[in-house]
Formats: sequence, C-alpha cells, structure tokens
Amino acid sequence: MPKTFALVVVLAAFAAGSVAADTEPKIAEFTLGNGLEVVVVPDHRAPVVTHMIWYKVGAADETPGKSGLAHFLEHLMFKGTALNPGDSFSREVAAVGGQENAFTTSDYTGFFQRVPRERLKEMMALEADRMTGLVLTDEVVRPELNVVLEEQNMRVANNPSGRLTEQMDAALYLNHPYGRPTIGWRSEIEKLDRDDALAFYRHFYSPNNAIVVVAGDVTVDEVKADAEETYAKVGARADIAPRRRPQEPAPQAPRTVTLADPRVEQPSVNRAYLVPSRTTAKPGESEALDVLAHALGGGGNSRLYRNLVVDQRLALNAGASYAGTALDYGKLLVYGAPKPGISLHDLEVAIDGVLAAVSEHGITEDELERAKNRLIAEAIYAQDNQAALARWYGAALATGDTVAAVRDWPDRIRAVSAEDVRAAARTWLNMRASVTGYLVQSLKPEEKHS
Amino acid sequence: MKAKRLSSRLAVAVIALVACAAPAGATTVEHVVSPAGIEAWLVREPALPLITVEFAFVGGAVQDLPGKLGTASLVAATLDDGVGDFDSKTFHDRLERKAVELNFEAERDAIHGSLRTLTVNRDEAFDDLRLSLTRPRFDAGDVEINRAQLLSLLRRATTNPTDIASRSWWETAFTGHPYGRPVQGTLESLPAITVDDLKTYTRRVLARDNLKIAVVGDIDADAVKQMLDRVFGDLPARAELAPIATVSPQGLGRRIVVKLDVPQAVVNFGGPGIARKDPDFIAAYIVNHILGGGAFSSRLYQEVREKRGLAYSVYDRLVWLDHAAIFLGGTATRADRTAATVDLIGEEIHRLAEAGPTADELVKAKAYLNGSFALNLDSSSKIAALLVQLQLDDIGFDYLDRRAALIDAVTLEDARRVARRLLDNGLLVTVVGRPEGLVSTSSD
Repeated sequence: MPKTFALVVVLAAFAAGSVAADTEPKIAEFTLGNGLEVVVVPDHRAPVVTHMIWYKVGAADETPGKSGLAHFLEHLMFKGTALNPGDSFSREVAAVGGQENAFTTSDYTGFFQRVPRERLKEMMALEADRMTGLVLTDEVVRPELNVVLEEQNMRVANNPSGRLTEQMDAALYLNHPYGRPTIGWRSEIEKLDRDDALAFYRHFYSPNNAIVVVAGDVTVDEVKADAEETYAKVGARADIAPRRRPQEPAPQAPRTVTLADPRVEQPSVNRAYLVPSRTTAKPGESEALDVLAHALGGGGNSRLYRNLVVDQRLALNAGASYAGTALDYGKLLVYGAPKPGISLHDLEVAIDGVLAAVSEHGITEDELERAKNRLIAEAIYAQDNQAALARWYGAALATGDTVAAVRDWPDRIRAVSAEDVRAAARTWLNMRASVTGYLVQSLKPEEKHS
Repeated sequence: MKAKRLSSRLAVAVIALVACAAPAGATTVEHVVSPAGIEAWLVREPALPLITVEFAFVGGAVQDLPGKLGTASLVAATLDDGVGDFDSKTFHDRLERKAVELNFEAERDAIHGSLRTLTVNRDEAFDDLRLSLTRPRFDAGDVEINRAQLLSLLRRATTNPTDIASRSWWETAFTGHPYGRPVQGTLESLPAITVDDLKTYTRRVLARDNLKIAVVGDIDADAVKQMLDRVFGDLPARAELAPIATVSPQGLGRRIVVKLDVPQAVVNFGGPGIARKDPDFIAAYIVNHILGGGAFSSRLYQEVREKRGLAYSVYDRLVWLDHAAIFLGGTATRADRTAATVDLIGEEIHRLAEAGPTADELVKAKAYLNGSFALNLDSSSKIAALLVQLQLDDIGFDYLDRRAALIDAVTLEDARRVARRLLDNGLLVTVVGRPEGLVSTSSD
C-alpha cells in the first residue's frame, strides 16, 4: 500500500543556494493516440529503469457483492497470454535479475518491473500484450484463489489490528465503497471465479484507462519511441465511464467499534476522521492537513507523543497521519497505545484534550517551521529511491492529481500558515465525521490493573 | 598516521548504479583512512544533496549479560534520546529542525546505526551523531519510556504466531548459546536492566576496533576523513567483548507444534548452513536461491504457492552469523493443509539434496543472482548497508570485483555436491496454530 503523503521532487528552494538547479528532475508527460498517459521521471545515477503501469481501477470500482475482485485480477495477471503463455513474463524479468510485483488499492491497480535500461522496450511489449491478451483457465484460477485466501488469512484473519481497520473503514464510510476492504470480504472472495475476473478485466483494462510511469536512465524521446512501437498498438477496448462513486451523506453521528480478541496483549484507541483527499481538497487544504498531522503526531516531538508518552506518561505510543492520496476521500488517523494500568477511556480523554488545544490555539510558529522543514526534506530524500519516486507519481495521477501538483507540493507546504493549521483542525477534527476503534482483549468492562 | 587510499572498481552493474554523468566505470568504492586511523568505505554520489552514513559495532545482543537480556536493544533505543547538554526534547528538536535521520538497532551480532542528512546540514548532523555515540545521557525518564515500549512489544509477541514460530526455532536450535536468547530480552530480564548496565554496555561495545563504517553521497574523501575523527575519534580504542562460542544448530529432525487459536498456521523450517568464508558458500547461495530464493521461479514458490495455492508466502534464505551458519525458511497456511504443506516442503528439500539442481536451473540462478545484485541496490542506504555488511563479513575490499566470477565459476557438479551438503542434514520445524494432524516429535 502506498505512502500516505504525496511525493515531491523539487528541492532547489529548500536548500537555497546549496543545491545546483540542474539536480531538479525534469518530469515529462505525453499521451498516446489510444489514450494511454505516459510519465517519464529521469534518474541517470544508474543504467536502470523502473517501469510501472497503473490501471485506474481498484476495489472501489467493484460491483457490490464482488469485493476483492480487483485484487484477485491483479494476481491473475501473472498467468500468461496467448503470445507469452504461463509465467514467461516473469521468467524474462528473472533472467536479468529484475524485480517485479504488483499492488491494488481502492483506487488503482499497479504492476512494475525494475530492470536494466536496455530491457525497457521488452517490458513495455510484455505489459502491452497482457493489457488485452490475458488467458485464464480454471486450472490456474482455482489455486490462485486459495493463494488470495491465504493472503487474507495473513493480513486480516490472523491479525486483530487488521480486522479492526476493516471494521473502522466499514463504519467510516456509510455509503462510499471505500468501506469495503481492498482484499475483499472473505465470504465474497470465496465465490469469485474466472468469469468474474475476465469480465472485470475486459471492462477496465484498456490503454485509455491506464498510466505508464518510467523512472530511470532514459530520455523522453526513447520512451516515446518505445511506447509507440508497443503500447500504441493496443486499441482502446471500451469507453471508460467517469469514476463516480456513491458519496458520503452529511455526517451526523460519531461512531465507535470495538474489536476484541483474546490475543490482544496491547490495547489501543484509534480514530479515523473523514477529510478531503488531495484530489477533492480546496486549494491549500490538504497541505494544511499534511502539516497538522505531522505536528500532531509525526515522531518523537509531536504534540501527541510529547504530551501523552513523555509528559503525562499515559501512553506507550501515540501519533497521527494523513492519508490523502485518494480519488474521493482522505483519512486523518490518530492513535494511542496506553501504558499498563491506564484505561483506553482515560487515554482517549487525554488525546481529545490535545486535539482540542490545537483546534483552539493552533500550533506555534516553531512547530510549524519544524513540521514544514521535515515534510519538504522528504521530497529530497524521496529522490534517492527511484521506485518510490515512480510510485508516488503513479499514485497521484491514478487518483486524479497532476504532475504539476506533485512537483509544486513543497511550495504549497511552504505557504501553509499556523492559522491554516488551526483552521484545518477546527474544520476536520469533527467527531461527527469520525470513527473511534478500540482494540481490546475482551468485551468485558475494562479492569484497572495496577 | 599517513592516510592511505585504496580503490576498487565495483562490479559493472554496481558501477553503473552509483555512476553519475561520468563515463561508466568511473565510480569507485574508496577505502578511506582518517589521520587517527579510522577506516570507512566511501561511494561518492554528488547527483543528490544527501549523505548517508551506515555503521556497525560488532557485539550486539550476544554481548548482553545473563539476566540482563535486552540490554543491547534498550541501549539502541535510548542512544538517540538525551545527549551531552541536550535533553531528549531539545535533541529531537535539533534533529527534526534539520531533517536529520538518526537510528540505531541491535541485532544478534552487532549494533547497527545510520545517519541521513541533507548535505547543507552535514556539520550539525555529524555533531549529533558524535554526541549520541560518545555522550549519551540515558536519563531515567527516557530509559523508562523505551523500556515500557520494548516490554509492550514482548507482550504482543507472546500471542503473535510469527514471533512464536521464530522464537521457538531459535531457542531450540541454539539452546544454551546466546543465539538461542531473544534479541529484545524477556519480560523478566528487561525490568532488571539498570542505567549503569546501559552505560557499561555502551563503554564495552561502542569502540573503534570493532567498528565498520560506510558513507554514500555528496561528500569527498577528505571531508569523510575529518568526519571520521570528529565523530568516532573519542570512542574507546578497544571494545571489551566476551568470547562467543562457534555453534551448530541442534534439534534437527524435530518438529515442534505450539497451539495457538489462529486460522492460519505459521511454519518455520531450517538447518545448518554454510559459513560465509567457506569455499562452498557461493554454491550454497545458488542452491538456496533455486530452492526458495527471491524469484517467482523457486521450487518452493512453484510447488507450494503456484501449483497448489497452499500459501501466499514461502521462502528460504541463508543466514550467516559471526558464530554460526544456518538456512531458515518460512510459510503460513490453513489448518487443514498444514501437514500436507510441511510434508511437501520436506520432500522438495529432500529432492534437491538427492538430485541437485538441473543445468537449466543453475544457468538461470546465476543470471538472476548476477543481475539482481545491483538492481536491488536502489538507494544510498542500501548501498551503504551492503558496504558495512561486506566489512562485517571480512571478505575483502575486492569482493565486488570478484563476485560475478565466483558465481559463474560454480559448476553443476559443485551445485549438486553442495545441495547435498546443505540440505541433507534433517530439518528443525516449528509450527504455530491449530494444524490438523500435526504433533510435536523428538529427533529421529
């Protein structure tokens, strides 16, 4: 699953005077005749490329009753085509020591390979082939369904906090399909089959519904030429309907869920607020949420950690984060794990006290500056990892953001004021638009331990 | 002392990986020695305004005293809190304001550390690192916070099937040896550790003669030499490490089932490995890749996941420690198929031990391992971590030059012989969950 804040690549302004202007990557984008968008992120440190394709379809685009289908299809995309049967794609990648994998979220499904630069065109040809050429038989589909069920066991069924997250999302979204787990509800995964997968594939996998991101030691002209000879030959299969999902009604009531499992040795309180995503936010709003989340709960000097862990000694850990890369809604998450002997209730009261103080008085100029420095530096650190960089661009574009918006993110962070942060806290730390989730060992009333 | 500088060309792909605009092959790993005699391996990469320093002190959790297990972990957790004249809050303020990343972690054989900074802030960052290594405060309040967090992790581990399977494997394989003890200590030992214990451990282990350093980024050799003396120069010259016995894993042929009410059973399996400096190590590395290494083509991946859908993850890796070598694998599968999965893995290991890999598998594994080595090094941190590991392994500054040839030199005969040597010793298997039809057994 992707990082929760947008990637950034501009660095000249932050390290003013110390960084040569030509270190700023020149991002290029173009669109093929069949509608496929292509983004090129130059990185000439090594003769390596990261090649990714992002389909603008995810779990939130599934038909109700077929949850898990986007993710199941992601797995099945490795089963071969008529031209490249079986695992011949994977064998080509392994033959050069390349890396490959895939991922699915509510909003997108992505596939990537990291290979020596001279293999880029071959990767493009293979990826173009499986955009429309997938061949599925029950012989390969059925074992893969069991693989997915074991993945669900690992991520969710065996994992109490994974189950709590599912329940909190289901409670946070009353109407929007973000309430369904990306991996699917187990009872529905079990019923998925080959026909479901192929229908979904034919409906959504098309050049006019995809973005290719190439990061690495390549020029725009090379990528263009290779894309024309590979991807451009795939015809657009279908008109892709606008992605209009059922929206959330006006929030009315705070919700709580409690997940009890005898294996829970460390209880926790977790709060999710429904907030705008980068795509739906008004100008400056999501950046204020970035700064708010960092000042509240990013690391050992944040308000929550300082107040609850260090000063009041109520919690073992506490923090906050903003998940803003989404087509429809973002989430602001706040959490705390109590020390032994401290009840979840007492910890929650203390957390609410910290949140109320920020809503009331905002953050200091010093907190503002530290948070902004830290966020903007992430943009520079991110450039050190080519695959992460490609992934940030892809995730942004697949959720309706633009290259320019990603590139200019540090400037917008720089523009956030303490008043913006206070306003964001007042507006978005709204209990009516929240779910509070408790992870506990048993549903019996909490006992005080000394 | 006169500084000496050695150079070694990296293997072709690695050269390119860290090469800037200069012609391919121009980038080198430099062996830098400071005026005070402190050594580091350096890859200069001026393309980005960043510097990464990775380092390790030999002597990690194995140097914990009996009854004080977890000392190394608690030291690592607390080193970056209060330092010198700065209390924890002031120090974290400093780090955050300049976006300096400073981390320490205790492993079995070493305390690892890393520093990442923007070039523009390097002087402050190096000062921060120096203070954390040479003047940690271990203020009681900070120690208690870190201790409580470690205890919470240990409590959680008591009901986590992955943690239980791993712990059961290690404590069975290395009964009576420091490798059999949990790296993070126990619920009983952590509360017994005093601030004096932390200071004593730090004085014993954070020294210059057991220190390995790598630097990657926008910094030249002269600046690295200055940094080395400034940051590490005040450390004691010699570490005081307790001797650790060399050991082989026990419990081969045993299966240990731990009951836990979870739908998916977690399995670990493994046996003796081959030492890093053993002439057969590279062949073993190839054999392990064919059995359960990182590619989708491995035998275990194909048989367990691809053909039968028994698991999402199945892997096997060589683990080389300072005083032991093992191979260790894992998977997780549903209760009613656990017995079949464990049997299948055992059969696949036996089949590879008996007949060895095929010629085709060997060719493909060599191509993969030669290509993936550089492709996996996709960040400064990973490059620096590799350079530290090569120093810990003590296999020579020229290893990067020799690696591809060493892999290419492995013959099918070598691979068959080493497959039997590696995989024909019996397995220690641990299973946690409610597997149907599986019970604990003793050694055959």
